[in-house]
Amino acid sequence: MISEAKRTGPVVLEISDLTIVPVAGGRPAVRNAGFRIHAGETLAIIGESGSGKSTISMACLGHVRPGLRVAAGSIRLLGTELIGADIGVLRRIRGQQVAYVAQSAAASFNPASRIDPQVIEPSLIHGTRSREAALERAHSLYRRLNLPTPDTIGRRYPHQVSGGQLQRFMLAMGLMEDPQLLVLDEPTSALDATTQVEVLAVMRDAVRGSNRAAIFVSHDLPVVAQMADRILVMRHGEVVEEGPAELILNAPGHPYTRELVAAFRSISEHVAGAVADSGTAAPAQADIILSASGLDAGYGIRSGGGPAVLAVNSVDFSLVRSRILAVVGESGSGKSSLAQVIAGLLPPSRGVVKFNGCPLSPAVGGRSKNELRAVQILFQMADTALNPQRTVGQTLGRVLWYFHRMPRDQRRTRIAELLEMVRLPAHYASRLPGQLSGGEKQRVTLARALAAEPEVLICDEITSALDTLVGTAILELIDDLRRRLALSVIFISHDLPKVASIADEILVMRLGKVVEVGPAGQVLTAPQHPYTRLLIQSSPEMDRGWLEGAAERSRKLVETLGN
Amino acid sequence: MSVDTPRLIPHHASRRRNVTAAVGLTILGGWVLIALFGWLIRPFDPTDFISYEMYAPEKGALLGTDYMGRDLFSRLLSGTPVTLGMSFLATLVSHLLGVSAGLTAAMRGGAVDMVLSRIVDVMLSLPNIIVGLMVVAALGSSVSVLILTTGFVYSASVFRIARALANDVRSLDFVRAAQARGEGTLWLSSGEILPNILKPLAADFALRLGFVLLFISSLSFLGLGVQPPLADWGALVRENMSGLSSGKLAPVYPALAIASVTIALNLLVDAWSDRSIGQGNARGAAK
Repeated sequence: MISEAKRTGPVVLEISDLTIVPVAGGRPAVRNAGFRIHAGETLAIIGESGSGKSTISMACLGHVRPGLRVAAGSIRLLGTELIGADIGVLRRIRGQQVAYVAQSAAASFNPASRIDPQVIEPSLIHGTRSREAALERAHSLYRRLNLPTPDTIGRRYPHQVSGGQLQRFMLAMGLMEDPQLLVLDEPTSALDATTQVEVLAVMRDAVRGSNRAAIFVSHDLPVVAQMADRILVMRHGEVVEEGPAELILNAPGHPYTRELVAAFRSISEHVAGAVADSGTAAPAQADIILSASGLDAGYGIRSGGGPAVLAVNSVDFSLVRSRILAVVGESGSGKSSLAQVIAGLLPPSRGVVKFNGCPLSPAVGGRSKNELRAVQILFQMADTALNPQRTVGQTLGRVLWYFHRMPRDQRRTRIAELLEMVRLPAHYASRLPGQLSGGEKQRVTLARALAAEPEVLICDEITSALDTLVGTAILELIDDLRRRLALSVIFISHDLPKVASIADEILVMRLGKVVEVGPAGQVLTAPQHPYTRLLIQSSPEMDRGWLEGAAERSRKLVETLGN
Repeated sequence: MSVDTPRLIPHHASRRRNVTAAVGLTILGGWVLIALFGWLIRPFDPTDFISYEMYAPEKGALLGTDYMGRDLFSRLLSGTPVTLGMSFLATLVSHLLGVSAGLTAAMRGGAVDMVLSRIVDVMLSLPNIIVGLMVVAALGSSVSVLILTTGFVYSASVFRIARALANDVRSLDFVRAAQARGEGTLWLSSGEILPNILKPLAADFALRLGFVLLFISSLSFLGLGVQPPLADWGALVRENMSGLSSGKLAPVYPALAIASVTIALNLLVDAWSDRSIGQGNARGAAK
């Protein structure tokens, strides 16, 4: 195997018995972790939120977040011990021997300053290059990272380039001093799938083309499969498993890793499953529960009437009873605005939404209680979707009282039933949202929607903020409830493969317009529109060779789209 | 992915915070006890003339006599419930008015928000003391007029704070979820928003109490507040002003009482808002 052959290179970083604990006491953030990285090797650290993967990646720079401290262990970078090292030593090392690329480039650049001076800062701080030489190096890096007009683009301000470009500038900043170790902390998690492909490709070239070692932190297994020589799996602060990428991906040893790999595998199997289903005929006209034609909606007011910015642009859709319609698009496609329009939170400037053939009032205020009950919306951020001052029982009870005027004792039994439906224990009724995990909160918002006894459920990116396994469980739950309660679902997501596992029909949106709509199998296997093809091609697969050529193919498709 | 809130306050600061809170609480608690039970321990009737001399040391009179030969200590004690009670009620009025108007403005938005906000702008552009003087001049000075006027004058800044806090919470998804369900303005503001802005409002209440106490004392000091024979601390300072020129401390004692309450309130709010950093900042609200 390639990765084993590379293991002969000199050791760049060696961590042993590392334990990092909160200053205030409590569960360690990292416990007894140890691993080694050789030159020319990329190690991926994968784990869910709270697994300690970010803590350990920061520790590679000799940095521990305030509130945490190193209790034991050693971190040796090129022979230098980082734990307890003098701040002067750390300063010399950082930027020159080890560099860090953060998740959000937008938050990492100073918006008030041009890009060039920020990128060349490492050279000026360490005094290794003159300003002119540093600029020259930066521009050659821009060229290698495939940035357009490399000699002048650095004169722009951060807001004048796209998110994917900004992430590449941050990579250039990290590569400025040619460090032996590059720490990439979820570098593409905030990017759209179509942008991610290109950034991943240049990142891999930047690491592969040298004898540099890299740590790639991520929660996304298919992405990791493209980048890593070795994979290290973390959970609850402990290293669960470590080994060559092929081995971990194809024959995971630990049960947790097996579960994780299976979750991603099942998604690609579902795509295949959806293909098999594609023969299902479209049902008769009468079965359409929710529909709209020529919907326009947006924000601001233009002087001639109508919104200044059109987020939803003459959109048609129809939702068949007890089926799942997936609305797919990237950021700015108008998919969330469409959800708000259907829920009556954003009145459309043109067109009407019809429920069972009858037009719904554009705004919530004009809808009858029965219409409001029938259509329920779920939000992406479960953290803000629940009132932090009200217990789960109070939140659910209010809905039961509001829609059904249910007396107190009846409410109590119904709340227990609802919690059971979303697979939460009944005693959770007395908990506050702050005492729940992200997945549990999302289950409560689902229970809140079910309390109304809805006919249509609008799910707006409800799994995007959750860890893979937690999100998969929620998807399965929704699919199950849909069958049991004959719910019709509009499922909004940016993640095409995830949608493939549950959708009956897929509607693809781009820049506020519908570009393609059809049965899931047909859209996934025989996409008509180049944008749909681009979306499908951009979602990483577990196949290790996927990235080869994917960026090139995507670029061609983007050209045909002509933006 | 995981967002752990770093511990911003080092350990020694948390001990200091507890001391601050304890000092504030002790002073304030002491005054509240005096307001409730002061009449039990006062040595003389506050209106009795116990001496023919003014500002004289007198047997049994802890702080001597006042400008008319009455026991200053007893008068100070009997002024306590007047001062604290009026300040508390006036602050309550300002919060009832300000919070309900602020929530209405935030929830209704548009023209309602515009009109209410501009009225408040006008109120804030007039110096509080001038408005107070005008109202008292027009309606005469009674305890209820004083409480209502002060409450009204201070409701303007409470409105600003309540409106800003409500606007922050209003855009959160749980409020949108309630809106999508068709809930009315009354439930949205009292059931969803108010519980989430209560902490910063409580901090504002405590700080506001200090300002109101100073304001009422100032009115009394100018002779427009509490009228004789009733006397609050501000009136006690005014009555005994003449003593200053002959080096007597009589007007200093009630002034110290005013200062001690104001400082205690600030200490309390300080300690409390330090603690709530990270869970919604109380100090941010307490303007």
